[in-house]
Amino acid sequence: MNARVSFLKYAGVLLVALVLLTLPFALTAAGTAWVRITNLAILFVFLSLGLNIVVGYAGLLDLGYVAFYGVGAYVYALLASPHFGVHLPFWIILPIGAAVAALFGVLLGTPTLKLRGDYLAIVTLGFGEIVRIFLNNLSRPVNITNGPQGIAIIDPVRIGGISFGREDIFLGLSVSGPVKYYYLLLLLLLLVIVVNLRLQNSRIGRAWEAIREDETAARAVGIDTTRVKLLAFAMGASFGGVAGGMFSSIQGFISPESFVLTESVMILAMVVLGGMGNIWGVIAGALLLSFVPEMLRYTVVPVQIAVFGKLLVEPEVIRMLLFGLALVLMMRFRPAGLWPLRARQREFSKQDVVK
Amino acid sequence: MSAILLEAHAVAKRFGGVRALHDVSLTIHQGEIYGLIGPNGAGKTTLFNVLTGLYSATSGSFTFAGEPLKISAPHQVAKAGIARTFQNIRLFANMTALENVMVGRHVRTHAGVIGAVLRGPGTRAEEAGIQRRALELLHYVGVADRANDLARNLPYGDQRRLEIARALATDPKLLALDEPAAGMNATETAALRTLVEGLRADGLTVLLIEHDVKLVMGLCDRVAVLDYGEKIAEDVPEKVQRDPKVIEAYLGVGVA
Repeated sequence: MNARVSFLKYAGVLLVALVLLTLPFALTAAGTAWVRITNLAILFVFLSLGLNIVVGYAGLLDLGYVAFYGVGAYVYALLASPHFGVHLPFWIILPIGAAVAALFGVLLGTPTLKLRGDYLAIVTLGFGEIVRIFLNNLSRPVNITNGPQGIAIIDPVRIGGISFGREDIFLGLSVSGPVKYYYLLLLLLLLVIVVNLRLQNSRIGRAWEAIREDETAARAVGIDTTRVKLLAFAMGASFGGVAGGMFSSIQGFISPESFVLTESVMILAMVVLGGMGNIWGVIAGALLLSFVPEMLRYTVVPVQIAVFGKLLVEPEVIRMLLFGLALVLMMRFRPAGLWPLRARQREFSKQDVVK
Repeated sequence: MSAILLEAHAVAKRFGGVRALHDVSLTIHQGEIYGLIGPNGAGKTTLFNVLTGLYSATSGSFTFAGEPLKISAPHQVAKAGIARTFQNIRLFANMTALENVMVGRHVRTHAGVIGAVLRGPGTRAEEAGIQRRALELLHYVGVADRANDLARNLPYGDQRRLEIARALATDPKLLALDEPAAGMNATETAALRTLVEGLRADGLTVLLIEHDVKLVMGLCDRVAVLDYGEKIAEDVPEKVQRDPKVIEAYLGVGVA
């Protein structure tokens, strides 16, 4: 019985791996744009998983999460572009970006330790705006961020002699830049998921959840809530920093406009839609909210033209309409998310316990 | 008489103009069950909250296990060896019973983020130890069969026991129970009594706030009575029961 279950499990994992590995070639057939869209979707998975640590595990509502994405992106841009003439390799910058973002996480966390719920949300929202405004204005007196013009010609990732900015032929197979990024992101994603799973089932992960459930009781059983909360902010932020760095290198150009409040809201919606606290739910939420709007973009226009003969409603309008509708329906019928935390119960198998 | 575990020295707590505790001094000996009773609003829970660091005392101090107890944060009190339960149960409702107790091990374990991510042999051994100890404690208080259920789904009596298991997981020297029998029926109260007596037999010191006078008088080695924030009596139950000041506090002054 058990062997059979584990066999099915392995077969399932193998199948998923196979699909993920061949996916970019299928997507390339549909158009390179879809590979780019997939790459951005994976970045949003990083971001959602990072925010999930703060919101889902520790229960701290953060509306300024995009700030850490921005910090990571600018760290990468400044250390790998002609702007300062610095060109460090990506495997050095990504950890730096993660560390700097974590530092910003602590910076945000420290003054908000005593706040909960609405009050915390407002302060974090303000923090997100402050970071964006700083990015916008740090061009004078010393030009650090290049202001609203942003930073361009950011180095693509380079591993050995292979640049991720152009197409290459491997074994007679043409592999485009986005496809290379896809595999790199997949690798990072695997890492991010493993880190997340391990954190969740650890002493620290349990402490986060305890704080979410009842902070007073958590303190009474000996959890240093100050430290553990700051750790949640720092860990969550570092994921955002890594995502930001990858975003920089993929896009080749960033400006403060990419790190606005609506992005924070979108990431939060992914976490909530998928199921706060459950890694797989959060991933599903991020993928859903990344892909569905893009699909609409490609279907709404042709459908309208076929039916009405002209474009009546812009895709963007329909997107927000459906998005709003989806959130309302979800709050009504599945308030805990599409794939909520409940599944956790099965983590400790019965036979370990009943003796 | 055995050694002194906890001593309160003239502890006072004011909330603005309200004098919730006024120079309360008491002495708890190693291995005894010490009852704290008093009419509603007498300051019992306030004393608990001051002792466990949820409130800071206006004045006064504590000596615990021969050393001055520094109460700057609740988690340090837990580390020093004082664990508590709450009058209105405060479990981690959306975590399993087992996880609730595992959280209690936090203060006696060390793995950090890096340990969790790398999950080396040290971390794995510690994690296994946490789970083993948590299970032992669930067996000890008698809710092991509900280990995988969310705490919120446990029956009331089991929730009370689970909260005790979580407190025990911190390896306390002193276990402070805030009205553990509140809302329990006679059977549940009897089982609780057996549990607390077992704790004493295992060498633990228990500080007990309780309204159920019968339970307190039957269970406790010594009892202190608080009234309007002041200690009016502290002795063995038989003597406290006959103390005129205690009778007055509970029943009022005779008219005749």
